[in-house]
Amino acid sequence: MGMGKYIAQRLLFTLFVVLGISILIFFITHIVGNPVDIMLPLQATDVEREALTKALGLDKPMMEQLWIFLRDFSRGDFGISWWQNRPCMEVIMDRLPISMWLILLASMISVVCAIPLGILAAYRPGSILDRVVTIFSTAGICFPPFWIGLMLMLIFAVKLGWLPTSGMGTWKHLVLPAVSISFRPMGHLAQIVRFEMIQQLNALYAVTARAKGVTEMTLLFKHALKNIMTASLTMIGNDYCKQLGGLSAAVEVVFGFAGFGHLISETIENMDFPLLQAEVFFVAIIVCLINLLTDILYAAFDPRIRY
Amino acid sequence: METTKKPKKTSLLRRFRHNKPALIAGIVLLIIFTMVILAPIFTQYGPAKSDLANRLTAPTMAPGRAVGVTQPHILGTDQLGRDIYTRLLYGGRVSLNVGFTVATIGGIIGVILGMLAGYFGGWTDMIIMRMVDVWASSPTLLIALTFVMILGPGQKNLILALLINSWTLFCRMARSQVLVIRSSAMVESGHAIGASTNRILYKHIMPNIISPMVTTYILELAHFINAEANLSFLGFGVQPPDTSWGLMIGEGRKYLTQAPWIVIFPGLLIATTVLCLNLMGNWIRDEFDPLAVKL
Repeated sequence: MGMGKYIAQRLLFTLFVVLGISILIFFITHIVGNPVDIMLPLQATDVEREALTKALGLDKPMMEQLWIFLRDFSRGDFGISWWQNRPCMEVIMDRLPISMWLILLASMISVVCAIPLGILAAYRPGSILDRVVTIFSTAGICFPPFWIGLMLMLIFAVKLGWLPTSGMGTWKHLVLPAVSISFRPMGHLAQIVRFEMIQQLNALYAVTARAKGVTEMTLLFKHALKNIMTASLTMIGNDYCKQLGGLSAAVEVVFGFAGFGHLISETIENMDFPLLQAEVFFVAIIVCLINLLTDILYAAFDPRIRY
Repeated sequence: METTKKPKKTSLLRRFRHNKPALIAGIVLLIIFTMVILAPIFTQYGPAKSDLANRLTAPTMAPGRAVGVTQPHILGTDQLGRDIYTRLLYGGRVSLNVGFTVATIGGIIGVILGMLAGYFGGWTDMIIMRMVDVWASSPTLLIALTFVMILGPGQKNLILALLINSWTLFCRMARSQVLVIRSSAMVESGHAIGASTNRILYKHIMPNIISPMVTTYILELAHFINAEANLSFLGFGVQPPDTSWGLMIGEGRKYLTQAPWIVIFPGLLIATTVLCLNLMGNWIRDEFDPLAVKL
């Protein structure tokens, strides 16, 4: 199968997933809850309720509502945010890019730290260095990121005054949130790199290479590193998607960072149905595109994979 | 089978004793679980009892000044003079309850689906695994949060929301294990002598996938304790005056500079619990999983 055909197939799958999720979210918001009950105060009269129901188009049959909903979505019309009173698209575009950068920075920090740590640990399994790395990586997974954020804030912003406590604007505002977010993927990645590297260094090809006089450095960086890239990429890609899909919200709230995660948490506090639907739609698309990107990158690292 | 089982059990205990990290983790977990479950025995305060004369007190050994109780605030007090140590114990009930409930229900659903997919293969397998694939590439946390928004925050709704994403890992693990065991001679001979599908599933396949499932369960339990903390921190879980470890951090962060202990201790407790669960889970995997690579 050619690469083009594979990408086309995956894009079709993406379309299917995004459509499915949109329909799911539509049914969750329209059947489980009634927007009118949430938007109006408890003492609202029946006349007011009826007027709002009509204004929102909720009096139409369910299937027609679903059709209108999907038609508007396909045109890129996500409706008006109830909470901010402006198009959902605008609200999301204000907040999404900055979070994408923040999480990308966090991913980069975790890759830069985790790969050397994992390799060091794998080089002499069972050594003191290996144990230190294992403890460090496990701790990175166990501490809640928002708690790490609060501790970093306490040390580097409050006590030492090196970095701002909250807000955004300069690169300094990105440092603490990005580091807090990076701990979890760093721990996971270091463990994966260690595990895969030990297998690579004990593989038959490594024995052959050593017998032929290839130096350890060449073996590590030219052969083994390439082979552990698929597993590492999968992990980093998955983590990026999870962070963007709301996991980074707590850290963004801690640092008063007006990003996408923070927006998700505000959307839920304000019960803004249209905005949440649009957010789910955007995240679904980005998640699928990142999965596609990692799949394409696999082929670059592993010549056995051909689509 | 019966004769080989007994000596294995004694050696299992010995192996447990010889693995220091797992042993320590097990003991620490036992202490945490006991103290949380039997909270009223370990503290004289109630979770909402205020000692107003001692608001935002740092950890101290001096006796408290609340009416009728003089137990010292060993981990300090919060903005309403509530004892942090007491609230950690009572809050732990919520955190552990959510973790155990979600992991258990998700585990049961996931294992059943995974066993069906692995055993029957064909269409059943395709439908179930496609569901898992679609689920894996969807923003499940956001879908869970949608449920929280509509149903309102609270412990029960939080459990429902977390359940959405709780079954997929179990399903995958169970399926891959079943696939290996299904092709074994044991199952083949079972078929040959006319054993029913149910009998093969429950008598032969189930016991053999138990240990990897226990590992998955423990690791998922750790994961959901963390997930609960994350959502409670944002205020989507239990509501005040009830509390959980995540909510304690969320409420205490306003007092970070004056009273950092309100935030520090719940975080340490979450991390300790999760760390010990991870150590136990990894130990069980290394010890019992015949498929795992021994390092």
